[in-house]
Amino acid sequence: MEITVRGLWTMIHGMGFGALYLMACSGALVELYRRYRSPLGPEITEQDEKFLRIYLTAMAVLAWLTVLTGAYIIYPWYRAVPPSGAANLADFPQRLLMSSPSTAAWHSIGMEWKEHVAWLMPISITMAAAVFSQYRRSLRIHPELRAAVLGFVWISLLSAGIAGFFGAMLNKNAPVTGGSTITLFQGEAQGEQK
Amino acid sequence: MSAKTAAGAPQVMLNPNGAGAAAVLAAGIGSFAVAVFAILADKAAPIKSLMNFYKPTGPLSGVTTCAIVVWLAVWALLHRRWSWRSVEIGRVTAAAFILLFLSLLLTFPPLADLF
Repeated sequence: MEITVRGLWTMIHGMGFGALYLMACSGALVELYRRYRSPLGPEITEQDEKFLRIYLTAMAVLAWLTVLTGAYIIYPWYRAVPPSGAANLADFPQRLLMSSPSTAAWHSIGMEWKEHVAWLMPISITMAAAVFSQYRRSLRIHPELRAAVLGFVWISLLSAGIAGFFGAMLNKNAPVTGGSTITLFQGEAQGEQK
Repeated sequence: MSAKTAAGAPQVMLNPNGAGAAAVLAAGIGSFAVAVFAILADKAAPIKSLMNFYKPTGPLSGVTTCAIVVWLAVWALLHRRWSWRSVEIGRVTAAAFILLFLSLLLTFPPLADLF
């Protein structure tokens, strides 16, 4: 069982930070909706408030880690230019996708949208975490602010979903591979004699 | 001012909404800036080369860095002006959502290519 360094980073970016962020979004939406919808609702304890504050801050950190690893570690490998006349484009995913009309749009629409729309996610969730940290329980008596925070968390979920979907499809059609190989487990080939 | 719980006990102090409004509007403007800088870098070759802050990442590095700078600068400015007062939050959030929605649309390549 082996994985390349580039494959590992792609996994950390997508399945680690990105997927964790997507899952965390639903928790934040439920908490913000359920607990902060009315000033007459049940009392919010200081511990609950602290938990949500840390939760939203952790989401903001995850969102920034996702876009920064994507843009500054994986994207350079994705867009690497092959030497002229290279026949094997396996290590050059962007060029591999663009070399065929059946896959070119995964780059021209998928990656082009993903690389920009993903940045709405950290901006939105950082705002949500900052507003929550500032207003805490009093967010209940600012319904418009609460609605804005909820709306921005929804949009961050949507942008993370778009980026995640295209990330998965791009990696399916032209995976980012290369770099040194890490052996996770040593297996035994089926035909091998004992 | 204070809000009351169902039992009638005072609960929390009402902060002015200015600081929150500043954060919300700045996030809308920052998101919109991502789309605007992306379109500019795509359409104008000189801007594209200007945005090449980090060569391995290409113009994306400049597009996103500039948008983040705009977002944080607008946030700091609005926070300084609004943090101690209440503003008309309905209009501010409406403007922020319009900008956010436009940024979602304008980052979509077939729509961005219309410019």
